[in-house]
Amino acid sequence: MAGSAPETGASTAVEPRGPRPKPFFTPRKIIIYSVLVLFSFYFLFPLYVMIATSFKTMPEIRFGNIFALPQQINFDAWVRAWTSVCTGLTCEGLSPGFWNSVKITIPSTIVSIFIAAVNGYALVNWRFKGSEIFFAILIFGSFIPYQVFLYPLVMITRELRIFGTLQAVILVHTIFGMPILTLLFRNYFASLPQELFKAARVDGAGFWRIFFEIMLPMSLPIFVVALILQVTGIWNDFLFGVVFAGTQNYPMTVQLNNIVNSAQGSPEYNVNMAATVLTGLVPLIIYFVSGKLFVRGVAAGAVKG
Amino acid sequence: MAGQRGFLRKTFLHNIPAKIAALPMVATVLVVFVGCTLWTVYYSFTNSRLLPTGKFIGFEQYERLFATSRWNISVTNLISYGAMSLVLTLTLGFLLAVLMDQKIRFESAFRTIMLYPFALSFIVTGLVWQWIMNPTLGLQGTLRNLGWEGFTFDWIANPRMVLFALLIAGLWQGVGFCMVLMLAGLRGVDDEIWKAARIDGIPTWRTYVSIVLPMMRGVLVTAVVLIGSGIVRLYDLVVALTNGGPGISSEVPAKYVYNYMFSGGNIGQGLAAATMMLLTVIIIMVPWAYLEFGGKGRRS
Repeated sequence: MAGSAPETGASTAVEPRGPRPKPFFTPRKIIIYSVLVLFSFYFLFPLYVMIATSFKTMPEIRFGNIFALPQQINFDAWVRAWTSVCTGLTCEGLSPGFWNSVKITIPSTIVSIFIAAVNGYALVNWRFKGSEIFFAILIFGSFIPYQVFLYPLVMITRELRIFGTLQAVILVHTIFGMPILTLLFRNYFASLPQELFKAARVDGAGFWRIFFEIMLPMSLPIFVVALILQVTGIWNDFLFGVVFAGTQNYPMTVQLNNIVNSAQGSPEYNVNMAATVLTGLVPLIIYFVSGKLFVRGVAAGAVKG
Repeated sequence: MAGQRGFLRKTFLHNIPAKIAALPMVATVLVVFVGCTLWTVYYSFTNSRLLPTGKFIGFEQYERLFATSRWNISVTNLISYGAMSLVLTLTLGFLLAVLMDQKIRFESAFRTIMLYPFALSFIVTGLVWQWIMNPTLGLQGTLRNLGWEGFTFDWIANPRMVLFALLIAGLWQGVGFCMVLMLAGLRGVDDEIWKAARIDGIPTWRTYVSIVLPMMRGVLVTAVVLIGSGIVRLYDLVVALTNGGPGISSEVPAKYVYNYMFSGGNIGQGLAAATMMLLTVIIIMVPWAYLEFGGKGRRS
């Protein structure tokens, strides 16, 4: 034991490798973390307020403060928001709106992704005269405000006798999902090795066979990205729902806005906030589950590959 | 003759499955993006009221549009909100991205916190902030109850401040996304550049401003176009947060279009307003298109 002392003394003389470990509390670090924490409060505060308010009772809200935790967890507001609060003319809560949103989101997501995948595939592997021009107009068109197309699309859906039905909303979402999704798939298919496609062609496989047997199985990652992009986008839509769906088929966002902004009598803030959390739940779950893929999804149209 | 037939074959019969596959895209482009746009522009020059069947009246709808105080307020609001929103989204997004790029701990936690509002709809965003900014029970009421009698945060009910209320909610929703874009841009900058700048003794902030930012031009331009065209579309957030109020102090063009088309029964007016929105976006897009596709043709 005694003999080991000089040894430790000697080892301190050895130069440590690598950069000198910096102390954690440098002024620079303190500033960086304070700013980030400050912003985190700004970003988290509404989520906290939403959830805390939804568990409070109305007297507690009237006499309490917005920062306070609920005195006890009270699910009444959630039950009312889901089953019995008035959303305009009917008083069946948000649940019909939830199911309308499901009925809108599932088919529009599937159809738009399938069409876009085929478009992207055709644009990369089966170029034909004019395809690039159509694609360019499609991408430019995606920046045009929806208000420009709104009325003509109302007329078209009326002519097709689907105005005021779920089909109309599904059609509109499919149309406006096309630019960004086609771009996504085109860039993805362009990144796959061309030899694969050429070999399949030499073997005599045709357009659809190559698509279904070679391209589709290889494009699972991009399908997930497209899925996230479309489900959150369509779920969060308000404008197309309010214009094309018809009162019976209003999606959840429209019903939510009706609950809060056209309520008769004294507003029930706890129910409003429970309804708000419920509407935000699907995109939030997708966001937390998908993690980095969500970022890829939303950035897909922005940072071109 | 033979050459002509060859041309026909090449144009129409070549790659038939691909053309069939692209049919939805071609139809969307022709019917919606081109057809509907032309239709809207054409009928904005008619006196259509309840139905789009009016006769051609030249620029009358536009003259009426710019003589309407509600439209002029809408446009002014959009310009003020848009300018503030664009500048703040970009600066805060960049600032946060720079901070996130300092090899900090808990990076993914911070990113999750900043980006989650972007997953939420504008309706949800608007309604939460409407509740927080509620003058009697929200932040103002709470702080007054806690003894800070003079605390005032009634922007949502104050015609002169309501755009700032809109801004707080809008930034809350969008800054995280801008941060993610900028962070991707920062990470794309070669480490060698940083080493060289350090050796030359250039201060960090100078490196960011004069070297890194110009290198991120692509990301910046994309961010401006995305934020810009999003601002022109601004609709849901206003509907949920203020519904254009108090009075008409937070009206925006997209709401004007909707109201004239679907509840005002004055389609010609709505279409003229929509055409003005189209024009605005074209003006935003032209410099971008020039940079991206024109000029030296640096991209294939």
